[in-house]
Amino acid sequence: MTDDLTVNFTMAVVLAALYSAGFYLLMQRSLMRILIGTVIVGHGANLLLQLAGGPPGRAPILGDAAPEQMTDPLPQAMALTAIVITFALTTFLLALAYRSWVLLGHDEVRDDVEDRRIRRLERRLAESEDEAQEEELEREATQ
Amino acid sequence: MTVLVALPVLLPLAAAGMSLALGRFADFQRIIGLVVLAAIIVDAGVLLYATDRTGPVVLQVGGWAAPAGITLIADRLSALLLVVSAVVTFAVLIYSIGQRLTDYGRERASTTFHPMYLVLCAGVSLAYLAGDLFNLFVAFEIMLSSSYVLITRRTTASRVRAGMTYVIVSLTSSLLFITMIALVYAATATVNLADLGDKVALLPEGLQVALGLLMVIVFGVKAAMVPLHFWLPDSYPTAPAPVTAVFAGLLTKVGIYALIRTQTLVFSHEQPWTLMLVIALITMLVGALGALAQNDLNRMLSFLLVSHIGYMLFGLGVYDVIGLTGVILYVVHHITVQATLFLVSGLITRHTGTVALSRMGGLAKAAPMIAVLFALPALSLAGVPPFSGFVAKLALLQAGAGAGTWPAYAVTGGVVFTSLLTLYAMARVWTRAFWGQVRAPEPDPDPDDELVVGTGNSTRPMVAATGVLVTASVVIALFAGPLAGVSERAADDLMHGETYREAVLGGAR
Repeated sequence: MTDDLTVNFTMAVVLAALYSAGFYLLMQRSLMRILIGTVIVGHGANLLLQLAGGPPGRAPILGDAAPEQMTDPLPQAMALTAIVITFALTTFLLALAYRSWVLLGHDEVRDDVEDRRIRRLERRLAESEDEAQEEELEREATQ
Repeated sequence: MTVLVALPVLLPLAAAGMSLALGRFADFQRIIGLVVLAAIIVDAGVLLYATDRTGPVVLQVGGWAAPAGITLIADRLSALLLVVSAVVTFAVLIYSIGQRLTDYGRERASTTFHPMYLVLCAGVSLAYLAGDLFNLFVAFEIMLSSSYVLITRRTTASRVRAGMTYVIVSLTSSLLFITMIALVYAATATVNLADLGDKVALLPEGLQVALGLLMVIVFGVKAAMVPLHFWLPDSYPTAPAPVTAVFAGLLTKVGIYALIRTQTLVFSHEQPWTLMLVIALITMLVGALGALAQNDLNRMLSFLLVSHIGYMLFGLGVYDVIGLTGVILYVVHHITVQATLFLVSGLITRHTGTVALSRMGGLAKAAPMIAVLFALPALSLAGVPPFSGFVAKLALLQAGAGAGTWPAYAVTGGVVFTSLLTLYAMARVWTRAFWGQVRAPEPDPDPDDELVVGTGNSTRPMVAATGVLVTASVVIALFAGPLAGVSERAADDLMHGETYREAVLGGAR
């Protein structure tokens, strides 16, 4: 709740570190680093979900403690689901990285089709320019 | 009655399990998929009738009361989209079974395709029915994780590349989604959409704007809203035709649905919502201009898909009952038409053996059936009367003209201009692929045009399935009156969230 939620400074710093390190890794070229990046951001997100429940209290089991002293169980349930999902997707990404290594010999994320097409066009243009220059040189030589 | 709400999620999930376990029996797999999807069409139809007559149908899963438990709710909007999605997934399944039969014969089954396809359907249904943010997240994950498998099946180098971009972008947006849920929960202590509407209104304005924008980004990535669209034209075209068709038809629209649902139910905006109008205009133009630059048929269609997402954002930007009516009509029209176009593109590329427009030609004479199947949805997409696109676009133009501010007028102009660009792009395909001489196969200078699909002749089931969707799109235009009626009532529900909140929370308020 907004009124009684005190922000834990240590946790805020940890979160900031996890998110920034994770997103930095996500922007790398190698799929392995991206994978580690998603794992780290995933940890950050799950930790944030935990913290969203407010300060820690007693275990939320009926009859064990008064409801006011219990930790909010809902974010824990959600974090558990989120952890399972991120875990499964990490495994899938790992398999994809392996497949990429088998097929291409590396796990780098390649340029998209558009970029490659433009580069080829550039090369073709450069080649035709070279040819034109050579022809001109030949013509000058024969004159 | 309430069990009907759970069936569109439970049936395909159960069928997916059976389909996976009994993967060796090809015929069984096919039949169970078709039967389950047909059952969902019926179920969704009944739901639509019931919700339109008596209001939203709510299922509190496990009997836990609303704000704490899991809520599944079908109102007019979700029931309508459920019907359309079920019809499209059914037709696409027939198409893909037909393709499989032609390529591999009757005996060989695909062990992964059918289960994953059914899981995808379950995810899409759950996204429409979810009554809380976290369940919406789970729905997105069910949908996306099966889509990861579908897009990277039978991996070639190009599919790995496309799959990587797709998976990484979707995964990043999912992580942002969890972050958003955590922040929303920290601020309001609830994730129930109906409950959030009341609680978010109490928050300080700055926090409301921040949470609202975070949601726009999360769902914007999934809906391929410019500038978050870059992954789409790069990854969709590499997948096989039926997979691309169902992705293009449904996945982006689920993003749009989530955007509409949260931005109307949870947040309130000034009217019209200028930021969304600006994004809509940019999305329309970037998509349409991108489409004109393409030589690859599938990439061109993907850019057009991005462009037409802009129309739906435009309706949301107008932010009144008329605007949302337009969006709903447009979503219904676009799901069918975009899926159809990708299926036809599959037929075209099978026939010609290439995706490059510059290497096609003379199809109108060689394959007149394909020409008809392409022409009808293409005209509909461009918004030519009397097709469904015209009806939907007219509603949007009316909304834009009635909004009464300069940004809205400017975007209305943008809608007309983009329609012309769409028509031009379609005419370009027509003149290049369908007119002219049949080209003899020659070595391709551009290795990216290589095709991985088989190039055998198209068979009857594939053509028939495409025909069903084309007919569906014409039927939408024929029944525009009743459909517009339902859409208007659904839009009215969206603008005044009382019915939704009342149905979910009941006596709890």
